[in-house]
Amino acid sequence: MIEKTATELARALHSGEISSVELTKAYLNRISALNNQLNAFITICEESALEQARAADTRRAAGDSSPLLGIPLAHKDIFCTKDQITSCGSRMLHNFTAPYDAYVVERFNAAGAVMLGKTNMDEFAMGSSNETSFFGPVRNPWDTERVPGGSSGGSAAAVAADLCAMATGTDTGGSIRQPAAFCGITGFKPSYGRVSRWGMIAFASSLDQAGPLCKSAEDAALMMNVMAGPDRRDSTCAELETEDYQAGIGQGLKGLKIGLPRQHFAEGLSAEVELRIRDALAEFEKLGATVIDIDLPNNHLSVSAYYVVAPAEASANLSRYDGVRYGYRCEQPVDLEDLYKRSRSEGFGEEVKRRIMVGTYALSAGYFDAYYRKAQKIRRLIKNDFDTAFNSVDVIIGPTSPHTAFTLGSKTDPVAMYLEDIYTIAVNLAGLPGISIPAGLCGGLPAGLHIIGNDFAESRVLNVAHQFQLATDFHRQKPALKVN
Amino acid sequence: MEWETVIGLEVHVSLSTRSKLFSGTASRFGAEPNSQANIFDLAMPGTLPVLNEEALRMAVKFGLAIGAEISKRSVFDRKNYFYPDLPKGYQLTQLDLPTVGRGSLCITLDDGSERIIGVTRAHIEENAGKSLHGVFHGMSGIDLNRAGEPLLEIVSEPEIRSAREAVAYLKKLHSIVRYLDISDAIMAQGSMRCDVNISIRPSGETELGVRTELKNINSFRFVEKAIETEVRRQQDVIEDGGRVVQETRRYDANRDETFPMRSKEFANDYRYFPEPDLLPVEIDEAYIEAIRQTLPELPDARKARFVIDYGLSDYDAGVLTATREMADYFESVAKDSGDAKLAANWVTGDLQALLNRKDLSIEQSPIQADRLAVLIARIKDDTISGKIAKTVFESMIKDQSAVDDIIEAKGLRQVTDSGALEALVNDVIASNPEQVQQFIAGKQQVLGFLVGQAMKLSQGKANPGQVNKLLREKMS
Repeated sequence: MIEKTATELARALHSGEISSVELTKAYLNRISALNNQLNAFITICEESALEQARAADTRRAAGDSSPLLGIPLAHKDIFCTKDQITSCGSRMLHNFTAPYDAYVVERFNAAGAVMLGKTNMDEFAMGSSNETSFFGPVRNPWDTERVPGGSSGGSAAAVAADLCAMATGTDTGGSIRQPAAFCGITGFKPSYGRVSRWGMIAFASSLDQAGPLCKSAEDAALMMNVMAGPDRRDSTCAELETEDYQAGIGQGLKGLKIGLPRQHFAEGLSAEVELRIRDALAEFEKLGATVIDIDLPNNHLSVSAYYVVAPAEASANLSRYDGVRYGYRCEQPVDLEDLYKRSRSEGFGEEVKRRIMVGTYALSAGYFDAYYRKAQKIRRLIKNDFDTAFNSVDVIIGPTSPHTAFTLGSKTDPVAMYLEDIYTIAVNLAGLPGISIPAGLCGGLPAGLHIIGNDFAESRVLNVAHQFQLATDFHRQKPALKVN
Repeated sequence: MEWETVIGLEVHVSLSTRSKLFSGTASRFGAEPNSQANIFDLAMPGTLPVLNEEALRMAVKFGLAIGAEISKRSVFDRKNYFYPDLPKGYQLTQLDLPTVGRGSLCITLDDGSERIIGVTRAHIEENAGKSLHGVFHGMSGIDLNRAGEPLLEIVSEPEIRSAREAVAYLKKLHSIVRYLDISDAIMAQGSMRCDVNISIRPSGETELGVRTELKNINSFRFVEKAIETEVRRQQDVIEDGGRVVQETRRYDANRDETFPMRSKEFANDYRYFPEPDLLPVEIDEAYIEAIRQTLPELPDARKARFVIDYGLSDYDAGVLTATREMADYFESVAKDSGDAKLAANWVTGDLQALLNRKDLSIEQSPIQADRLAVLIARIKDDTISGKIAKTVFESMIKDQSAVDDIIEAKGLRQVTDSGALEALVNDVIASNPEQVQQFIAGKQQVLGFLVGQAMKLSQGKANPGQVNKLLREKMS
């Protein structure tokens, strides 16, 4: 049962085939059997999960048939949860319990979903391999010598290994889509402003967006129905009516115009991954879509612009971790400066410190125009490229990542790591929705197909992905994990 | 050498919104430490700012009151620095696109002359919390009640030329924000604070000299003293052949000296950038117009009206409109008593003296406007004389009973009964034969003496007009 999609589980729960308590126990067993190998969870909430499961069963007995009622999920440890530690993958917050629930957590709780635990992640979501976590790297269920991608690597591995039915993640430069691709699952980043950031620990405020990691596009729609929506506590959250995303995924693809960006099929893309993507495009053509070559001429600037804007925002966002009010504090500070310096030096890991320094530099007097302001201009150019493209196509399709999951410890150069997100970053800079879905295996490792939509075209993106999954079964492929 | 002083002021006023600038927490003065700090104010991870629209409205209101340009689009920026009373590690302020642009203020100097002082801009920002040093052994205390309170920082052009002008400017600002009801602007409580930029240059020179900045001065009197002291210091430095160093200084009121602050206390690269957690604030003409409709009559307009409607002198009108409360008080007395001139005399005279003596503000006056109006009405209808009125006024400070009851109880009602007055006049004529003869002989001035005698005899209660008339009749 645990390998089923959330949509299928919802039916099983509704028909009484299984109870939420039974299902929750099954996942908890699976977690205790495999988490040692995968390190996907930082916190496992056995007691509270069973309590929530019992409550869900009671609600169902009383006639409640909310779609996610009783379905076990995991939250990335970046979402604040009352009564459970929220570490953000960092020593800085390893002991931090938030006094409140994030919007996303609130919504899933209200929907009756069961929280199994909090998943591992790159520290403060800064990383593309999950190797920057204070709690150690997550391992890829397809090959435990390989990384699961990042920063939502714990969520992606947990879903891929059936440690949960679905999970939440966040995506600042590809942090949902790239691990989804590496782990062979479905990962969706909604448009910026679609999901409230209230209670989601900030990395780069103008880029961060929460979204689902799950087993099908249909599940992503199901989760989006709970997650999306205006929220007055987040001023950047769009004041748009929410759509019924499930209702929006039943459209055939006849006449769909797919844009193929030349820049996403250039040097650096592995031949095997390209093959899977080309196969998928042929499948789309069979479904009635036409494929058109397009240009995203400024795509090559996206990584550079991103690594100015994101660290700049992060350098300020992470100033609050000063050892004064909560979180890690150094031993025996001699004065205020010592308290600041040692708490932050000891509390943050290397990559976080690197980005704080890069961001601080980019914002410094005399450098602001050359870096931050210029990066914002590039951001505008990148958005213009997409606007132009969407005048002639409905969606843009390419690979999510240039290759499949790499081995742990193999990428030591930070810049090489930053280039991991070459296809995903521009989507964050432009604030667009994008999904990664499995496109088959390359040498036993999953390749991800990236579908990008126009502003707030969540339904269209989910529909295209769902139609593909109706016609294929790549999303049903599972890693062969051995329980030790 | 003749020196010219050049002063620019940066004034912070706390906006009297019910809650903070970006969180729903209340912002009352004097609450228990840290009782007014929620998860946002504590900068808990994951919390986000939401602009308090009331603060924006107040800023726009202020801008309209000083005839300033109102920005249709304003942007909040992060100003980054580390300090324990700044929990986020950055302050939200408006750097490049403030809500209020260029405007001006008309100040009135002691000699009655007026000057226009340019206001460069006014921007909205958050207050920091408060650090308490020396209260806890070996530790500092942090009180975040104030953290996130909305402030309006009003920046003047360097057009102020003396300490007195600076004080006049501050008083005018104080008056305007209180008329607008957007701030208590109590300097002693910190709801109005002032940083002063000062430089000097030889008279006639057009280039600005090197300036120093005096931080956080918290009374009108200290502003004046601090400026005078700093100007003297700069003159001494230059006349001794030295150069003024651009720096931030602190005024020590006890020693009446200014001292440089440690450079660490202010030298920072603040790394400003636009706050990504907030969208730019966009307002339209209709929004601005709607706020314009709510503007009260402002001090300058009210002063002009008092001169025309009540026939007051410029000086009296200026004094009476200095604060909204004073103007309201006066206007109420003037209308209820039916005599604006008398009302002005009483309010600026006896009442003001009373308030000064007791160190009270007009809102705390022991004699309310309606009671003073009755007192004045009793002078007008001849129930009491102006002189007796002063006795009644003194009684009214402690005795809250009706004015008429006080007059009756103390037997202060003016004697107007013609029989009683005639007896009184006869008495005076009989006791002062010499003066009566002088009057009859044509020495008119003696009449004053005789009236005075009658008043004395009646303990001031006789109606002087009637006594005057009766004496003339009897002696003709």
